[in-house]
Amino acid sequence: MPKNPNLKKIIILGSGPIVIGQAAEFDYSGTQACKAIREEGIETVLVNSNPATIMTDPGIADKVYLEPLKAEFLEKIIEKEQPDGILAGFGGQTALNLAMDLADRGTLKKYNVSLLGVNQQSIQKAEDRDAFKQLMLEIDEPIPPSIIATSLEECEAFAEEVGYPLIIRPAYTLGGTGGGFAKNKEELILQCQIGMENSSIGQILLEKSVAGWKEIEYEVMRDAKDNCIIICNMENFDPVGVHTGDSIVVAPSQTLRDTEYQMLRNASLKIIRSLKIEGGCNIQFALDPKSSRYIVIEVNPRVSRSSALASKAAGYPIAKIAAKIALGYSLDELKNYVTGDTSACFEPALDYCVVKFPTWPFDKFQTASRKLGTQMKATGEVMAISNSFENALLKALTSFDNKNDGLRIPWIQELSSEELWNKLSIPNDQRIYVLAEALRRNITINDLHEKTQIDPWFLNGLKRITDMEQNLATSPLTPKLMLEAEAMGFTDQEIKDLSKVHRSAMQDIRIYNDIFPVYKMVDTCSGEFECRTPYYYSCFDKEDESRISNQKKVLVIGSGPIRIGQGIEFDYCCVHGIWALQKAGYEAIMINNNPETVSTDFDTSDKLYFESLHMDDVMNVIKKERPEGVIVQFGGQTSLNLAQRLAERSIHILGTNYTSIDLAEDREKFSQLLAELNIPTPKGFAITTMQEAFTAVKQLEYPLVVRPSYVIGGRAMQVVYNDLELEKYLKEAVSLSTEHPVLIDRYIQGKEIEVDAIADGDDILIPGIMEHIEKTGVHSGDSISVYPPYTLSEKVINTLTNYTKKIAKALNVNGLINIQYACDGEEIYVIEVNPRASRTVPILSKVTGIPMVQLAVNVMLGDKLKNMGFGTGLAVNQTLHAVKVPVFSSEKLTDMDVALGPEMKSTGEVLGLDSEFSHAVYKGFVASGVLIPTKGNLYISLRDSEKTQSSIDLLKKYCKCGFSIFGSKGTVEYLNQNKIQASLLPEEDVLWGIQNKNIHLVVNVPEHMNDPESQAFHIRRKATDYRVPVLTCMDTAKAFLLAIQIEQQKKETTSIKVKALEEYLQ
Amino acid sequence: MEGLLYLEDGTVFLGKGFGFPKTSVGELVFNTSMTGYQEILTDPSYTGQIINFTYPLIGNYGITESENESNEIHAFGAIAKHICFEPSNYKSIDNIDQWLFNRKVPGLFEIDTRAVTRKIREFGAMKCVISNENISIADAKKLCEESMLRQDYMKTVGTKEMIHIPGNGPKVSVLDFGVKTNILNELKKRDCDVYLFPYNSTAQQLLSVNPDGLFLTNGPGDPKEATEAVNEIRLLLHKIPIFGICMGHQILAQAVGGTTYKMKYGHRGGNHGVFDKDTGRSIITSQNHGFAVNAESILLTGMEITHINLNDRTVEGMKHQSLPVFSVQFHPEAAPGPNDSSYLFDRFLTLMKGGTLHA
Repeated sequence: MPKNPNLKKIIILGSGPIVIGQAAEFDYSGTQACKAIREEGIETVLVNSNPATIMTDPGIADKVYLEPLKAEFLEKIIEKEQPDGILAGFGGQTALNLAMDLADRGTLKKYNVSLLGVNQQSIQKAEDRDAFKQLMLEIDEPIPPSIIATSLEECEAFAEEVGYPLIIRPAYTLGGTGGGFAKNKEELILQCQIGMENSSIGQILLEKSVAGWKEIEYEVMRDAKDNCIIICNMENFDPVGVHTGDSIVVAPSQTLRDTEYQMLRNASLKIIRSLKIEGGCNIQFALDPKSSRYIVIEVNPRVSRSSALASKAAGYPIAKIAAKIALGYSLDELKNYVTGDTSACFEPALDYCVVKFPTWPFDKFQTASRKLGTQMKATGEVMAISNSFENALLKALTSFDNKNDGLRIPWIQELSSEELWNKLSIPNDQRIYVLAEALRRNITINDLHEKTQIDPWFLNGLKRITDMEQNLATSPLTPKLMLEAEAMGFTDQEIKDLSKVHRSAMQDIRIYNDIFPVYKMVDTCSGEFECRTPYYYSCFDKEDESRISNQKKVLVIGSGPIRIGQGIEFDYCCVHGIWALQKAGYEAIMINNNPETVSTDFDTSDKLYFESLHMDDVMNVIKKERPEGVIVQFGGQTSLNLAQRLAERSIHILGTNYTSIDLAEDREKFSQLLAELNIPTPKGFAITTMQEAFTAVKQLEYPLVVRPSYVIGGRAMQVVYNDLELEKYLKEAVSLSTEHPVLIDRYIQGKEIEVDAIADGDDILIPGIMEHIEKTGVHSGDSISVYPPYTLSEKVINTLTNYTKKIAKALNVNGLINIQYACDGEEIYVIEVNPRASRTVPILSKVTGIPMVQLAVNVMLGDKLKNMGFGTGLAVNQTLHAVKVPVFSSEKLTDMDVALGPEMKSTGEVLGLDSEFSHAVYKGFVASGVLIPTKGNLYISLRDSEKTQSSIDLLKKYCKCGFSIFGSKGTVEYLNQNKIQASLLPEEDVLWGIQNKNIHLVVNVPEHMNDPESQAFHIRRKATDYRVPVLTCMDTAKAFLLAIQIEQQKKETTSIKVKALEEYLQ
Repeated sequence: MEGLLYLEDGTVFLGKGFGFPKTSVGELVFNTSMTGYQEILTDPSYTGQIINFTYPLIGNYGITESENESNEIHAFGAIAKHICFEPSNYKSIDNIDQWLFNRKVPGLFEIDTRAVTRKIREFGAMKCVISNENISIADAKKLCEESMLRQDYMKTVGTKEMIHIPGNGPKVSVLDFGVKTNILNELKKRDCDVYLFPYNSTAQQLLSVNPDGLFLTNGPGDPKEATEAVNEIRLLLHKIPIFGICMGHQILAQAVGGTTYKMKYGHRGGNHGVFDKDTGRSIITSQNHGFAVNAESILLTGMEITHINLNDRTVEGMKHQSLPVFSVQFHPEAAPGPNDSSYLFDRFLTLMKGGTLHA
C-alpha cells in the first residue's frame, strides 16, 4: 500500500520533559519520525515542551510548538494548524495519554483529525488492565491468574487455587504504597490486610507472581496489510521482579532454544495483530526456566525505551519505519536503509552480543533506597557491543566515567561472607559486583542461581571474568594472556593493577604483538549483504572493516548515559557539532555509548563508533582514525574529563585547549586569575584535610558552600551553616584526599545569573542572559530561569558582558563557555566557569535563533565571529519571554527529599514561551506537570531566615487570592504577629489533609534536608506522593502565584495564545 | 586442540578445535540464524557442507533430545566464534563439544566468523578444508586441491527403504531426498498417513499405496543431479496433488521443464522476507538453499511464480495454473526459524481433500 494521499499535514507529539522512565529515547524516535515524514513531502508540526531536544530544533519539523503537552493547548494548536493526522506513538506514555485525552474531549472528531499508527481502541486494549486481560483470554495467550478481592477469604481461596508466590497490589493508591509479596499463607494474610487498609476503597489486586522467571522482550512491527516482523528480542540478566529499565539486558536472547524463541515470536505476532497496531510495539514475557511455559506481562503499543535499544542493537531504524507505516506504507514496500537495497520486511540477524547497563541516580540521593523492583529508578543507560557477553558487559561497565574499571570494588571485596550473601537477597544497583565477589570466593554457580534465579549462563560469563582476574594476578603476563584479557574487555588499568606489570612493559607487549582491537560493522544482516552504514564496534579479532577515508576528519566525544546533571542537552550539542562539522566540509566521527540518543542514530554522523568512553577505547578510535582534532566541549563533563589525558598524549583538542580547561577548573589558579582581572568571586579554599577546613572557616563566614572539585551537576554539594554541619559533611558525604580536594566557599546570597557565550580569542558573542527566579543556593539546574532577564539593570548587564568577555579572553576560550554569576545587590561575583557546552545552550539557541554550537564549531575551525553574521558582544533581546522550569522524578524515587538545594535533583526541564511574561511562567508550570490550584488550603512552614517582610507580603497575596493559610507552630506564630490569619495544624492532620485533598499547596522552606526522620520531610514526601504541589523556596512561591492568578482568570478569558517558535522569532 | 580452516583460494583461518578430531573437505557456507544450531547441524540438506555460524555464541542452551532434524549430524563441520562448554537450559542433555565428538564431527572455534562470511559473500560459497588434527597448511592445501565435492547427496542421504508412519488422515507418499524430521511432524500433526519412499522409487511405486498426495522433501546437492527423480515426477504431475519444499521445489521445476542454477552463496538463515502473491502479504521464512529456480525457465511450463524473495527477487515458490501442484524454496516446517508459513501444509491438505489452489 502506498502512502495515504490525504495526509498533507501531520502533528507529531513529543514526550515532554525527561523523567525516569521517559528519557532521550523519545527525542531519538521523534526526530527520526519527523525526518521520515518530512522527506515524504508532508508538512510536519511538532509539539513538545522540552527545549533540550533535537526534535524541537528548527529544521527537524516544519513548525515547532514549544508548548505544554496538555489537551487545551493541543486543541488550540489543532485549531490553528488544521492537521490531517496526529502521530502519538513516538512520544512515550505522555503522547499516548494526550491523544486519548484529545479523543475523549472530542477534539479529534471536531477537527476531523485521525490518529495515525495506533488507534484509540488499541491504546485502550493495551493500557487498560481489564481490557487487556479480556483480549489475552480471547486470543488464548496466557496471563498470570489474578483476582480483585475485598476480603481475606477470597484471597485465601485464590491462593489455594493458584499457589504461591503472590503479588498484592492495593487499588487506587499512588506510588504502589501498601503493595507486597507473599510466599506463604502467613505473609498473605499480613500483606492483604495492609493492602486493603492502604486502598481507599479497601480493594486489592491479587496476582500469581512469576518472580524468578526469565524476562524476555520482543520488539515487533506491523503494517496495515498485516505484515509482521520481529526486530529484535532481548533477555534480561535480572529475572522477573526487576523492572526491565533497571535490568541488565542482552540482545538477542542467549538461553532460549529456537523452539522457545519461536514460541514467543508467534505469541508476539498474535498479540500485535489482535491489537491492530500499525507501527512498533514492545511485548514483555515471563518464561518459566523449567518448563517453557510463559505468560504475557505487558504490551506497550508504541515505540519505547526498549525499541530505541533494539534499534541501536539491531541497526534497524524502528521509529523511521514505524513513521512510514503510519503514513500508509507497508513493510514490503520499504527499503532497509542500512543495507540500502534489501527489503525492510525482514528480521535483523545479529552477529554480536549486546549488553545494556542502566545508570542510577543513587549517588545523588543519599536517602533513596538502592533496592530495585517493579518501579524503574534508572535515569539512563549505556549499551556495548562485542562478540562475547563478557566483553560487552565489561565494555558497558567501563562506560561510566569516574567509576570502576571492571568488576572489582574494594569495599565489596572487604565484606564478610555473611554480609556478601545477605547482599544478594535483594536486587540492587551493585548486585553484579557482589556476584563477582561471590564467585571469587568460590561460591558455586548453582548456589548463586538458587539465591538470585539469574540464569547460570550469565553467571558463567561472570565467572570467566573473575577467573581471568585470577589468571592475571597469578600468571606472568604473556602476549597471549594479555590478548585474552583485552579481548574479554579488561582495561589497561585493570590488567596493570592485577598483573603488576608496568604500563610501559604492557605497551611494549601490545605494540610488539599488535594487540589492538579491530572494528566490525553493525549491518542488520550478519554480513550477508553489503552495507553502507558506517556504524562500528570494536572487538579483538582478525579483520578490520572500518575503512579510513582521506578526508579531513574530526572526532566528537559524546556525553554517555543520561544522568541528573548531564542530560539530553549535551547530546543536542554533540549532534549539532556533527552537523556543523559536516557543513564545514569535514568528515564528522562520533563516539558514544548511549543507545537512547540521536547522536548514536545510524545516519547522524559520517561514521559512528558505538564504544565505551573509557580512555582506552577513545584512544583506540583515535589511533584508528587519526582525526585532525577531537572535540571535548560538547559531551558535558564526561568528555571534558578526558581532556587532560588526551593532551598528555599530544592529541589535538579542537577549541579551548587543556591548559585553559585546567585553569578554569582549578580553584586556586582560577581565583588568582580572577583577582588579576579584578573580578570578584566568593572567597574560598580548596582543602584536603579536616584541619585545613577549620583553618579556612576562620577566614570565611558561615553559611558556606562545600563541594568536591570536578563534579557533575553539583554532586554532593551542600550549604553548611555551622561547624557541626561542616564536620558531618566532610566525614560522610565526601572522601577527602589530596587528589580530590573539597572546595569551601563563602555563600553569596542573591540573584543567580547564567551567561553562555561563544568566544574566538578576539570577540565573544552572548546570545542571551538567563536570570534565575530562585536565589543562589539552589542548583542552577533546579531553578526556574528566565530569558531575557526580568529584573537586571542595564548596569548589571553591562558588567556581566564585560566580565564574560574578560574571562573568555583570559582563559583563551575557543568555542563555548558558560559562566554562573551571583549578584548580592551590590557586587557581581563569578561562581562557576564551565569551558564547555551547558544545559542552557539548546534553550538559548532556540529562543534567540543563534545557532550556538554551529558558531562554536566554526570558531574552533579557525573562523572569526565577526564574519559569521550574528554580530559580537551581547545580542539584542528577542521580544519573547522564555521560562525554563525544572522537572523532577520524585514520584519514582519514593524516598528522596524533594527540597531544593545546591545539589541538582531535576531530571528534565520544560520551557514556557510567550510574548507575555506571566503567560510564559504559567505555561512553564503547566508544562512541568504541576497541578495549579486556584483556591483552597495552603500549608506553610518556614525556616527562620525566611521569616521576612517579603514572605509576609507574598502570603498576603496568597490570602487575597483566596487561600486559607495553615502552618507549623513557629511559622503560624510569626504570621499571626504580622496580621496574617493562619491556623496551626499538627503533622498528622497535615498528612491526612494532603491524602484527602484538603490541603492544596505546601510551601516548606526547610532548615535541613535529607533527614527522613524529620516532620517536614514526611510532609514534603506525602505531598509529592499525592501530587500536591510542594514549593521549597519563597522565590518559587512568588512565581507560582503568577501561575495561580492566570489559572483563576483563565476560566473567563482565553487570552493565552499558542505560537510556533518561528512566529516568536519573526 | 589447534584448528585450521583452509579455503580453496588459499585463505587460511587459524583457531581452536572442538568436537571430534578430524579433517574434512566440504563446501563452506554461512548461516545467519541466531538460534537453532542443533536443528541446522542435523538437517540432512547440509550434507557435504561446512557451516560457518555468523552468530558468535554457539552452544549456549546445549543439546536436547527433541530438536534433532534427523538421527545424525549431516554437516561436515561447524565453525563458530565462541562455543559454550557450560550450556544452560532445562532440556539440555549435552554440550555441543561433546555432542560433535560423539557424532564424530569436527568443529572449529575462535575464528573470525564475520571475516569468513564476508569472504563467502564476496567470492561465493567455496571448497574448504576444516581440520582440528594439527595438520599443516600445506597438507590442507593438498587435500583441498585433490578433493572433489560430490553434488548428488540427495540420492543417498534419505531412507533406504520404504517406511510407513501410520495416520488416519490423507495418505501421503513422501519422496525422501533427505527429509527433515519437522516436515514429517507437520504431516503427522495433520494426521496424515505417511509413506516415506527412498530416492530411487519409481512413479509406480509412489502410487502403489494409493496416495492422496505426493510430497517432495528438502535435500542436499545440486538438483540437476537428480535426473531419475525428475523423470519419475514428470509422470505424476497430472495424477496427484504435489507439494515440494526446497530440493523438492527445484526437482519439481525441472519436472515441468524449468531449470535451476547455483547461487553465489545461497540463502541460509531464518530472516528473509518473502512475498506471497496469493495472500498479498509477506512472511518471514526459514531458508537453506544454494541453488534456485530460474524464473524465466518456468514461465511457459504452466507454472506461475507465487512467492518472491524480497531481497534479491529470486523465485521462492510456484504453483501450477491448473493442476494441484505447488512448491516453495523456503522451509515452512521451520525448525529452526519462523513458523509464518506453516499454512502451506494446510494448503496441501486442502488439495489432497480435493480442493484447489485457485480460489
